[in-house]
Amino acid sequence: MLFNCMKNKLLEIFLTFLKIGATTFGGGYAMIPLIRHDVVDNKNWLNEEELMEILTIAESTPGPIAINVATYTGYKIKGIWGSILATLGVVLPSFFVILAISFVYEQFKDNQIIAAAFMGIKAAVALLILTAGLRMLVKMKKNWYSITVMILITSALVIFDLLVVNFSSVYLILIGAFLGFFLYYLEPLLFRKKKKEEEK
Amino acid sequence: MIYLILLLEFLKIGLFSFGGGYGMISMMKETVLSHGWLSEAQLIDFIGIAESTPGPIAINMATFIGVSQAGVLGAALATLGVVLPSFITILLLAIILRNVMKSRPFTAIIAGIRPVIVGLIVGTGLIFVYSLVGLSDLSTFSFDYRSLIIFLLLALISLTFPRIFKKKLNPLILIAFSIFFGIVFFAF
Repeated sequence: MLFNCMKNKLLEIFLTFLKIGATTFGGGYAMIPLIRHDVVDNKNWLNEEELMEILTIAESTPGPIAINVATYTGYKIKGIWGSILATLGVVLPSFFVILAISFVYEQFKDNQIIAAAFMGIKAAVALLILTAGLRMLVKMKKNWYSITVMILITSALVIFDLLVVNFSSVYLILIGAFLGFFLYYLEPLLFRKKKKEEEK
Repeated sequence: MIYLILLLEFLKIGLFSFGGGYGMISMMKETVLSHGWLSEAQLIDFIGIAESTPGPIAINMATFIGVSQAGVLGAALATLGVVLPSFITILLLAIILRNVMKSRPFTAIIAGIRPVIVGLIVGTGLIFVYSLVGLSDLSTFSFDYRSLIIFLLLALISLTFPRIFKKKLNPLILIAFSIFFGIVFFAF
């Protein structure tokens, strides 16, 4: 009896996140209203405040936001197994849809009409990425550090690309992490006293 | 050993992808180009498909690149790789490290990373725009005016759509328009 009840809860978690994975397009922030609808409004698994907290956490942890929310919610309701099934649920629809499409893509990519359609899609992809970046730029907290770094990184990326230089973005992210640690944590810690004295 | 390489490369991408799907596109691009897995044109096809199918873009991309290189098992390993870092991080946070998120050194590091991510996404967007128009590196430029026209039409649509319909333009609708323009300009 207890076993059945536990199994049902796990199944419910799995199916809920399977639905989220199957019905959300565009990824990232586009998924949030649907996640809220299911997880907060329908199932009462999280309250609004918790969802907000997870979204903040998701912004500062690696990986897709939907995965972060699924893992956290699953764990909260049913421990490790809950988190595994929730994550699996959110991943599986993508996985199988793409698998199916990849075989079709191989068959039809050389078809004249399909190839032309993809020439159009190319423009949409460029536009979507550029607007996503610009939207983040508008939202970004602006100070001398963030503006300088943002401009430097963008120009570095473009220059490396034009000169065909290989330089992994991973290093750029690590440099950012180091600079942030130094400027926002160590620097105030080391020099705060001096500055206060100067102000006096 | 392609399976191991796929797993490791996507673990790395999963670990360093902050800010959602778009943040990892520059890394995916570097990875697929340096291994010779895809051409830049194929990568952009994949991104277009990932945008128009359900689920997180990162998962779609990992599955697609995985299956293109090593079949179903390759897809499974690439997807596992991209999911694991985020799964483990959240689990650790949920179980033991709740206070780490609010600690000063951690928020400082995140504040440092955030503008890098914005820079990476804007940079990637710019690179895709100029390579769309025909500039692949400093010595190779073959002007593709039709792609430029499509790009400008789509930009016009995404600027005017929210004013007319009072809601944000869904990426799917934009892609539908792009398919239409692509066929009109390139098929015949």
